[in-house]
Amino acid sequence: MPDPFQRAALATPPKLAHQIRGLSDRTIAWLFVAPTIFLLLAVNIFPLIWTIRLSLTNFRTNRPNNAVEWVGIENYRKILTNPDTWASLQATAHFLVWTITLQVLIGFSLAYLINKKFRSNDLWTTLIVLPMMLSPAVVGNFWTFLYQPQIGLFNYFIAFLTGADPASFSMIGEVALAPWAIIIVDTWMWTPFVMLICLAGLRSIPPSIYEAAECDRASKWRQFWTITLPMALPFLMLAVLFRGIENFKMFDLVVQLTGGGPGATTQLTSIDLKREAFEKWRTGYASAYAVILFVTVFGLASIYVKALNKVKDR
Amino acid sequence: MNAKLLLTTASVAIMAMSAAKAEDLTLCWAAWDPANALIELSKEYEAQSGNTMHFEFVPWTSFADRMLNELNSGGKLCDLMIGDSQWIGGAAENGQYIKLNDFFDANGIKMDDFIPATVTGYAEWPKGTPNYWALPAFGDVVGWTYRKDWFARPELQAEFKEKYARDLAPPATFDELKQIAEFFQNRQIDGKTVYGASIYTERGSEGITMGVMDVLYSFGFKYDNPEKPYDMEGFVNSESAVKGLEFYKSLYDCCVPPGSSNGYMGEGVDAYKSGQVALQMNFAFTWPGFNTDANVGGDKTGYFANPAGPNGDKFAQLGGQGISVVAASDKQDAALTYIKWFAQPEVQAKWWKLGGYSALRAVVEDPGFATSQPYAQTFLDSMAIVKDFWAEPSYATLMQSSQKWFHDYVVAGNGTAKEALDGLVVDWHATFEEEGKY
Repeated sequence: MPDPFQRAALATPPKLAHQIRGLSDRTIAWLFVAPTIFLLLAVNIFPLIWTIRLSLTNFRTNRPNNAVEWVGIENYRKILTNPDTWASLQATAHFLVWTITLQVLIGFSLAYLINKKFRSNDLWTTLIVLPMMLSPAVVGNFWTFLYQPQIGLFNYFIAFLTGADPASFSMIGEVALAPWAIIIVDTWMWTPFVMLICLAGLRSIPPSIYEAAECDRASKWRQFWTITLPMALPFLMLAVLFRGIENFKMFDLVVQLTGGGPGATTQLTSIDLKREAFEKWRTGYASAYAVILFVTVFGLASIYVKALNKVKDR
Repeated sequence: MNAKLLLTTASVAIMAMSAAKAEDLTLCWAAWDPANALIELSKEYEAQSGNTMHFEFVPWTSFADRMLNELNSGGKLCDLMIGDSQWIGGAAENGQYIKLNDFFDANGIKMDDFIPATVTGYAEWPKGTPNYWALPAFGDVVGWTYRKDWFARPELQAEFKEKYARDLAPPATFDELKQIAEFFQNRQIDGKTVYGASIYTERGSEGITMGVMDVLYSFGFKYDNPEKPYDMEGFVNSESAVKGLEFYKSLYDCCVPPGSSNGYMGEGVDAYKSGQVALQMNFAFTWPGFNTDANVGGDKTGYFANPAGPNGDKFAQLGGQGISVVAASDKQDAALTYIKWFAQPEVQAKWWKLGGYSALRAVVEDPGFATSQPYAQTFLDSMAIVKDFWAEPSYATLMQSSQKWFHDYVVAGNGTAKEALDGLVVDWHATFEEEGKY
């Protein structure tokens, strides 16, 4: 019985087999990777180059008849001197910092608890991860009901705790509360994701290390700081990277919840970019905006990945 | 009998025209009650022409996004488009709709037969010139509904009269409207807390602009200098416009239900039908739905046109749309047969009966029209005082600027009305400058 390789060789028409035999390993390797490279060029690289080109023009998609003029770095100058851009970046930074902080703290704590052996552990794990399985649009929609001042459970819960009138505040309608409203929902939805990554990290720590620490009479506190946290840190950092990239481009959840309002209080950069590109149809300007955001995320992510690798190699 | 004969003749003509080849036509519009009425109405066209109608309806909040994307990309999804009135400039200048003048002339369709405001608003570009890109399809305007049954309660009548020295009745001025809203705010009616008014506050698409403009016009707001187009300084941000914007904010601050920071047509309908508010600002298309509603229908609801501003001016924000043939469509001839059929007086009369607001004068000037529905007279009154937002090719950018400034001031409470309107002038000026208007 010939093995699969022999069978493949036998099945190859003699002429083709002869031709392939005539090719170098390098050529065959190129033949195999060529479709992937072509796909990458078509789907990623070409659009990127095209976007950069558009960003240097005044092109508008809704004006196909207008002459496209080369404007150099004018779009970049306008974006970087536009106070609205900086307000959006500030709103995004606020959202990023708080969601990541809360998700890491709560996610790691939950993972630490779930990692202990107790009854119905699996059931709790399943229940905790449920929110991240929902669609952001659905989550955004039903949280608008939860935040509704007259009938929303969230308002009633806060009223129960504080004694305030539930209709006296609007989480998504007040400038001071709206940024926190979106942070709460994102944290509710994505903390389970951070928890799962942390759980993987905690379960990867060999029990023998804890046993050795026990022999050395290290306290639980000491074990946490010298074993658990350092060994789970690469996983934590990975979770921060994933959530950071995801939340930098956060769009659907916030649009459903606040539409970027009140005013521009929760207008994150992705919403601002979408409005420029597909509502105002300033394609050149929006392309420049996208390039700036891409460079920012790419730059920050590269620095972060280097730091992550250093931690991993320790 | 004559009408029947005319209809049959027209049907035969249409059938003869399209007998050569039956087409599948797609009509794009917003997803709302009138769209369902149009499906019903179009069955007659399908039977007569042999063409099959398909419909692509998109919710209002994403209607402009979706359909402008379709037009801008030269998509062939829609053969017929019932596009918003403000799109007409862009669609005409960018060659997205076909010009209908020759077709109208050849088929005896006269724009004089339609309500003048709808011709200007939905069909003409440039405005005020006889260049037609659409047939007025659905007349619409912002007006008000009120809880007639609450207004009729003797105890509320007495309390209101004692407080304001006048009857509790539909307001004649915006000041009176606010007094009524304040009167009802947080009032207990039938054991339930109710609120003054539902007004537009939506941030994402066009909601708050439609609401604010509906009020600003009557306060003296003008888009530009009538003598010098696109000269906005002192018109958009005039003292009277500032007062109008301050009024809108005061109405928002005093008298809306809690959590009304992002509401448009749908939220207004919900607030009104659920018995939360005494007054409701909304487009006329919602009125047939209220009239037949189990909670607020029949005698429980009354309708009134926009009240007057401080100087007695009365204007209202135009809504509604015209029907156009999409230039990218491969079935333009078949699509034109639909417009020809739709323009017939008999079809327009049926359109009104099914819940569509016909813009044909023969329908709305019929002696029986004003009494045909409880809201018909208010519709006529409102259509007589309409103004519309910029219909320029850059309307989307202009709209986004007003959405930002109005929401930021009215809902978020940032800055002053003067600063908001000054900022709006700067943004609009920049947009027109990019357009080469100066």
